[in-house]
Amino acid sequence: MPDAAPLWAAVVLPAALAVAAVVTAGFDAVLSGSAERGPAGSLREAGLRATAPLREALRLLVQQPRRTTAADRLLGRLGVVLVPVAAVLAGAVLPWGSRAVSDPSVGIVWFNAMEALAWAAVWLAGWGANSALSLIGGYRFLAQGLAYELPHMFAITTAALGAESLRVGDVVAAQDGLWFAVWMPAAFVVYLLSALAMAFWGPFEHPLARDTAGGAAAELAGVDRLVFLGGRWLLLVVTAGFSVPLFLGGGHGPLLPGWAWTLLKTAAVLALLVAGRRLLPTLRMERYMELAWMVLVPLTLLQALFVAVVVLNR
Amino acid sequence: MRALLDDVIFWVLALLAVAGGLMVFRFDSMARATYALLTSLLCVGGEVLLLGLDYLGVVIVLMMTIEMAIMAVFMVMYMMNPAGLMPMTMLHNKQGAAAICAVVFAVLAAGILLAPWPSRRGRPPDDPTMDLGLSLMGPQMLTMMTLGLALFATIVATVVLATRRGRYDRFGDDLKARRADDPVRGGTGR
Amino acid sequence: MSLELFLLLAAALFSIGLFGALTQQSIVMLMMGLELMLGGIIVGAAAVWHYIAPAAADGQVLVVLAVTVMAVEMAIGFAVVTALFRAREVDMTDMAAELKE
Repeated sequence: MPDAAPLWAAVVLPAALAVAAVVTAGFDAVLSGSAERGPAGSLREAGLRATAPLREALRLLVQQPRRTTAADRLLGRLGVVLVPVAAVLAGAVLPWGSRAVSDPSVGIVWFNAMEALAWAAVWLAGWGANSALSLIGGYRFLAQGLAYELPHMFAITTAALGAESLRVGDVVAAQDGLWFAVWMPAAFVVYLLSALAMAFWGPFEHPLARDTAGGAAAELAGVDRLVFLGGRWLLLVVTAGFSVPLFLGGGHGPLLPGWAWTLLKTAAVLALLVAGRRLLPTLRMERYMELAWMVLVPLTLLQALFVAVVVLNR
Repeated sequence: MRALLDDVIFWVLALLAVAGGLMVFRFDSMARATYALLTSLLCVGGEVLLLGLDYLGVVIVLMMTIEMAIMAVFMVMYMMNPAGLMPMTMLHNKQGAAAICAVVFAVLAAGILLAPWPSRRGRPPDDPTMDLGLSLMGPQMLTMMTLGLALFATIVATVVLATRRGRYDRFGDDLKARRADDPVRGGTGR
Repeated sequence: MSLELFLLLAAALFSIGLFGALTQQSIVMLMMGLELMLGGIIVGAAAVWHYIAPAAADGQVLVVLAVTVMAVEMAIGFAVVTALFRAREVDMTDMAAELKE
């Protein structure tokens, strides 16, 4: 069982998550840079490309905010701010090595509840601007989040079922020998897919897609936009990072200390997602929505049944 | 110290819950009303957490968030004035209802304050979640089965009530069409 | 904190919800009142579990029941509104009452 982390961890956590988000965004920028303009000629060129997200963030900091008529400023702001806040709150149960900022007895449900909060927040951000396109983006994410929340929940539940506990620390402890990813591969793959969908990133970026001029973020500018899009990266990092304690054995590993293994595994998952995004096309929404309801939900239920039978006969 | 902190949390959550509940029926904007209700119900979840029911408290937070996000869609869909840009009232019998509710609250409060509540028997188990699970799968199995059946019936009834197109619309009058005739094509190639 | 305070909060939420359910003409708003009443019941059940019989799980089961009722009520409610609206373009209780004439 992990020990409680010291109080300063609560302060460090948002910063650490933000750094991870910036690094991921930088890696993504390098990859898209070499896809769009060819491989970087020099080291300086590569560095410029990697820091593009940071420069964009600085530009957004000084950009004028955009006002729309009859906007619901209160709800819009609330939605924008809730996205990163919910991501950090979800990250509070992420164990770093053998320690988490907090390891409540129902940590797994807590994580899911915070993801749901971020999901509702995107609709608020889309609603707030009083603009048709951004509201369409918000509605798209409601439908998408609902379709992928269920397989997501079942995949998470499967891991909890395998460990017979809702405490994240116990789930990690249960993977001392064999990783859950090995004997629940379907749950693991579905988790990664739905993590992308819950972070509305990559192949699932329709809520913010170009065909609606930026979707839920269409009317966001300046600091609002920075907080919202930064929150999306945080959400991606946190959901991808949570697959490590759930399926990849958390801090377990030879030689290196627990925190190093957590870091390595998280980086590997993120690299896989960011690099794998280049291989997956962005499908039309109705295509991947039906996939969630018709294929992923039954698949995860079967996986949960399998795990339940194994656990009963252990 | 701990008790004082709990007291402060209780009062903050209680006031927020009641204020949120009141604002539900005062906001003109349907989106605001829905999220005021969400605030109120999240505070209810917080109070349940405060009482030591970790699992139920977090589940309430999770469920109510999802429920209210969906509710907002229907509010915007079916209300005449979703954004509250043209204030209007859609109330009936306001005074009567207010009187009824005041009486109900007074009676409940009198009952609460005057009833000789029994003293606490037993101690909470170490893991209330486990206790709940064992109870639902053991002595309360009938409750659980009833709930399951009710939820299943709800799914069926909801689909039947809400859908406009049945299988005859999709597969033709003799149900022999090989591809379903859907306005939007899906992703699994049926 | 005491049992009485929690129950008073529950009663307050219940009364507010009742007010909404009685006054609102729109079916969707009426359901929000019902949700609020059920929220009060949840607080009451949890408080009774904590302060009177924490050793038995009955209070917790009651909370589960209330949460399920909330979900069922909302799903059925929206389905009925959708069906009503499809059939008659009606979304208010008073107008639905006129349908029988």
